[in-house]
Amino acid sequence: MKCEVAITGIGAVTPLGVGARTLHERWTAGQSGIQDGEGACTEFEPTEFLTKKEVRRADRFTQFALVASDEALREAGWEGEKPYESDRIGCIIGTGIGGIGTLTQNHQVLLEEGPGKVSPLAIPLMMGNAGAGAVSMRHGLRGPSYATLSACAAGAHSIGDAVRLIEHGDADAMVTGGSEAALVPLARAAFAALDALSDTGISRPFDVRRDGFVMGEGAAVLVLEDAEQARERGADILGYVRGYGASSDSYHLTAPEKDGGGAIEAMKSALADAGLEPQDIVYVNAHGTSTPLNDRAETKAIKKVLGDHAYDVPVSSTKSAIGHLLGAAGSVEAVATLLALRDRIAPPTLGLEEPEEGLDLDYVPGKARPLAIDGKRAIAMSNAFGFGGHNAVLLLEAE
Amino acid sequence: MATAVTPEAVEKVVFDALPQFGADPDEITREATFEDLDVDSLDLAELSQIIEDEFGVQLKGDDVGKIKTVGDAIDLVVSRAG
Repeated sequence: MKCEVAITGIGAVTPLGVGARTLHERWTAGQSGIQDGEGACTEFEPTEFLTKKEVRRADRFTQFALVASDEALREAGWEGEKPYESDRIGCIIGTGIGGIGTLTQNHQVLLEEGPGKVSPLAIPLMMGNAGAGAVSMRHGLRGPSYATLSACAAGAHSIGDAVRLIEHGDADAMVTGGSEAALVPLARAAFAALDALSDTGISRPFDVRRDGFVMGEGAAVLVLEDAEQARERGADILGYVRGYGASSDSYHLTAPEKDGGGAIEAMKSALADAGLEPQDIVYVNAHGTSTPLNDRAETKAIKKVLGDHAYDVPVSSTKSAIGHLLGAAGSVEAVATLLALRDRIAPPTLGLEEPEEGLDLDYVPGKARPLAIDGKRAIAMSNAFGFGGHNAVLLLEAE
Repeated sequence: MATAVTPEAVEKVVFDALPQFGADPDEITREATFEDLDVDSLDLAELSQIIEDEFGVQLKGDDVGKIKTVGDAIDLVVSRAG
């Protein structure tokens, strides 16, 4: 039998502010972190948390990951001496794009000033694994470390992989999450050229007027531990990762299969992995991008997997409050899901006033409400789907 | 045009550059080691770029590996220019 994997610390930097609880409290209060059509982390000032040297050695996406990791390790009680041998603690930090700000800055230098002026820091800052490397170095983690790179599923794949490493015995604990900082002109223009971005700058998943996603930035990091060892050391356990399922559409580079395709398989395999039934799910944190295609396909997939139970389960989208954090989304939404479960609250899908015909699930429009679990375990599904046809689904449980 | 290489000119450029890498300006002397100043190989790569820019002197690979103190770096630049 596989071991249980406990969550003992969480941290986040999001457009709603710095801190995992800040995200949870502001989202459930109905606040939006989207301004002028983007979810920027305007409250994040790196020098409040990092030395001058640390700031210049890290692209913005790595800065987010470092600050979120500090919060998560603090909560896990890992300040100072770690509870495990350093080579038994690994680190996986996913990203959709990596240090694109560093890339575009240096490319501009190359064009304007010539190759001799390109910074020696360009590659080590822009590489997609820079976040994982920096978090591992900061906390002295010497177990397996790498990045997952699967577009908007990267932050869920990272957690899923981290769970597997613990289950397989490759690590006793993992520091894992996702990070993204892609609010740069090149990424904006490129997503706009794909017709993926909202022209109105409004994120309103499942609404008939939705017209694309709103870009966001940020990070979340979780500390995962073999639950038995976490209990032995007297850790406060926030919850558990009960199941993980991953699949691919093998269909189209950017569009989901309209009937849910690979997403269905990922949800089913997460349930099978957890040994749970559809009726055990009390909340779904949807990928819910606010694009016409995703919200239709995802709704179909949820109905297919949960059956009639789908109509009894609140389904909401964090992206309605912070936009689409791309490679960070899966981790940020896992953190938001866990805190919602702990507080027994169904957070809202903001901006949803008029659901599109056929999108008839309980999307918790506009306002949070208590999550009735009726004596059941507090177990939720968190979905993440990425360009490339990558699907990753996590099942989380809170005490 | 590259600046003329004098020990004083090189010292000024090096002393001015190091705080960008996080070195404490009060601790920067010719005798200070890069290790003490927490200036590592990536910082030295950046410093080499600044020096090349200013003086047209290239410092590469082995050169940089041998220097331990701020004074070593200044002397190396001056000797290379000579």
